[in-house]
Amino acid sequence: MRRYLANAAVLVLGAVAIAACSSGGTNTSSNQKFSGTTVRVVTFTGPQIAEPLQRRAPDFEKLTGAKVQVITVPFSDLYQKILTDFATKTNSYDAMVFDPQWMGDYVPPGYLEDLTGRVQSDSSLQWNDIAPFFRDFSATFKGKVYTIPLDGDFQMVYYRTDLLQKDGLKPPETWDDYISIAQHYQGKDLNGDGRADYGSCWAMKRSAQSYWMWLSVAASFLQSQGTKQGAFFNTNDMQPLTNNAAAAAALNIYKTLSKLGPPDQLNNDVGDSRGLFVGGRCALSLDWGDIGTLAIDTTQSKVIDKVGAVILPGSKKVLDRSTGQLTDCNPTLCPYAVNGVNHAPFAAFGGWSGAINKASSAKVKDAAFAFLSYMSAPAQSNVDVTIGKTGFNPYRTSQFSNLDVWTKAGMSSQAANNYLGAIKDSLQSPNMVLDLRIPQTAYYQQTSLDTALAQFLAGELGTQATMAQITSQWNKKTDEIGRQSQLDLYKASLSVTK
Amino acid sequence: MSGYVSARERGFRTAASRWRSAGARLDRFAGAVFILPAVLVILAFSIFPLLASLYVSLARLSFSEGGVELKFVGFDNYAKLLVGIDHVHFLGLAGPLTPVSVAVLLAGAALIAFWLYRYSRDQARSVGGFAGRIVVALGAGTLLWLVVTTVMSSGRPGTLVVTVVYVGVDVTVQYLLGLGLALLVVQHLPGRRFFRVVFLLPMMITPVGVAYLFRMLTDTSKGPLYPLWVRFGLTDVSWVTNPWGARLAVMIGDVWQWTPFIFIVLLAAIETLPHELVEAAVVDGANRWQVFWRITFPLILPASSTVVLIRLIEGFKIVDLPNVLTNGGPGTATESLTLHAYTIWRALDIGGSAAVAYMLLIVVTFVGVSYVNLFRRRVTAMA
Repeated sequence: MRRYLANAAVLVLGAVAIAACSSGGTNTSSNQKFSGTTVRVVTFTGPQIAEPLQRRAPDFEKLTGAKVQVITVPFSDLYQKILTDFATKTNSYDAMVFDPQWMGDYVPPGYLEDLTGRVQSDSSLQWNDIAPFFRDFSATFKGKVYTIPLDGDFQMVYYRTDLLQKDGLKPPETWDDYISIAQHYQGKDLNGDGRADYGSCWAMKRSAQSYWMWLSVAASFLQSQGTKQGAFFNTNDMQPLTNNAAAAAALNIYKTLSKLGPPDQLNNDVGDSRGLFVGGRCALSLDWGDIGTLAIDTTQSKVIDKVGAVILPGSKKVLDRSTGQLTDCNPTLCPYAVNGVNHAPFAAFGGWSGAINKASSAKVKDAAFAFLSYMSAPAQSNVDVTIGKTGFNPYRTSQFSNLDVWTKAGMSSQAANNYLGAIKDSLQSPNMVLDLRIPQTAYYQQTSLDTALAQFLAGELGTQATMAQITSQWNKKTDEIGRQSQLDLYKASLSVTK
Repeated sequence: MSGYVSARERGFRTAASRWRSAGARLDRFAGAVFILPAVLVILAFSIFPLLASLYVSLARLSFSEGGVELKFVGFDNYAKLLVGIDHVHFLGLAGPLTPVSVAVLLAGAALIAFWLYRYSRDQARSVGGFAGRIVVALGAGTLLWLVVTTVMSSGRPGTLVVTVVYVGVDVTVQYLLGLGLALLVVQHLPGRRFFRVVFLLPMMITPVGVAYLFRMLTDTSKGPLYPLWVRFGLTDVSWVTNPWGARLAVMIGDVWQWTPFIFIVLLAAIETLPHELVEAAVVDGANRWQVFWRITFPLILPASSTVVLIRLIEGFKIVDLPNVLTNGGPGTATESLTLHAYTIWRALDIGGSAAVAYMLLIVVTFVGVSYVNLFRRRVTAMA
């Protein structure tokens, strides 16, 4: 009997073990809690930004069962595509990876899902590891979280370390330095192929991302009193800061640089200028963090370990807002100047961030959040920010502090320190310039400023006419929307946590 | 039994006559009934959007919680284009008059005056015809003024003039080339079937593809023509960053794509011409030029006028080529009216965009109606 009981006990234990195993199996399938759900994510036509989303979508599907469909549209169409989709209640996108500057248009009508509770309760996202600036500027609007940052954006200057070292030149500290270095290398062969190369390669194409480059130049002339001073409007009356000696100086530098590059520079987008730089054809360039990682891409880079990055060059003269004239820096006017140079690193764009359509069904919203969280989680993000073609640049504290992430990706520790140092200098600068984030930002920058700059470069408008055109168009738009409400939102947008 | 009509039969007859009268009544409305679906479709898909967009062009759109708001602003959007902040973009910037531009303006004015004078001496003149011609003269005079003061001086053409230049140059060159190719292909040359197909190919390619093709071809620092640029030492010259160079690139692309359309229509017209006329002319000793000028050309005029009308209307809507080739740049140099509307629309200024679209509609209608009334009707009547 005992033997019988013992056998029965073994059987029972076996059954329990099998049940446990199978329940383990069931657990795996219950992990697939989004099975049968499709999340439609819209972003801009890549390859950057769309690439990591498309590459990681199948892995995410294996983990959760949710199918992720990535829809891409050209950058210049993205803003209105998303807005029209919301406004017409078509709701063909469940999640959108976009420019956080557009929150000013998407949040007030109630199109985006409030993610405040979700980001706090999702431990795998490691929300507090995201640098405070991006958690605030890229993710938060009027105290609530609406996006998950996937990218961190600052514009910086890149230079060829080998060339500058050989010629005993220092990386540019001011825009004058930048121009003289560009002039020095313009027309010389910089990659040994026997062809004349270029001093500086910038993206200056119309209807693309070029206006940020001009803003990067203008920033150091326009803002010297710290981030809260702002670089776009006067905070008393919302008058644009686009018609003064600072804007004129920036336009003249921009025009000079348009001639110190490839002949069709006016038709080059960021993809072109990056390609030229990592192809070894340029001594200098201005870009977001992308060139740093593209330069270590063995499939296309001819400048591996020959690239340095520095904080945006500055100016020794800044705008005196009371007179509208440029004045030499002094401790009162430029409290944050270094060696008498006012640097104003520009957080251009803010960084691609993912948001969720409030009108999607609860299950789809959960799946969309899980996907964005998965993309931003350190396990994925720490790899993606080191790959040039992703278009994602570092935005998490761990990505700045952990050098291993970068050396594993093929960067020498010296290059990694230099690259991260330039970003950190920008991020920690008390005079960092915030990008515009008010309703109709897309009109102010993408339409009005972009067109005027293109006309200026093409010689259609002179310096004064360019400034007058931008100013009158911005004023007209401000009056159309409401000067006071725009002023309030502009002032609110200047208060960020860093 | 004859003459006896049962009550039942009488009943049938009354019913039948009632049916007949109902049928007759229906017959009277049959035309309207049959045409109604078509009218409804046109109303729904053509007239309604036209009226709705007219309203939008008089409004400003904003996004609010739960939808969109349209605020009526009167003619504000049109004022922006004609006299406000966008007028230089739309109409261009007039430069100071030069002796050449004054001469062209005077010549144009004299030509228009002579044309009106000639009509006033015409036997078949009418008050309506004269009024119509005055309108055409005013429109043509304004366009001429805009073109001369913005193009032939140190000024800068706006999107309206750029579009007019595109249409004028493109349609003329396309017509001349298409006609030339059609005349070549009807000759009994070897391989003419092959060329007939090859000449048609550009038309089959999507305009965006054509634009990308020309973007590669015009890039002097890379692309398939790079060896050619090297040979001529032109690698440091970028013609798409020069306003007229870029406009030329757009026009070459458009000519390349749409010449086949004119070619195929004219080829069909030439191939259906009666041989007897040409043979008789040859027998009478006419040379090739005389045969073409006196016989072929007049006979294909109706087909020519139709194909030119279609290209005129289509030409005004050019958007893909300048958008992909140069994004409307350098500056706004290559921007057409449609691209202008699209650029404004992209910033979701729907009202402003609709206003540009309406201006385009007005110009196209003006040109189209003038062309049909003054030229095409006469040509087809002659035929």
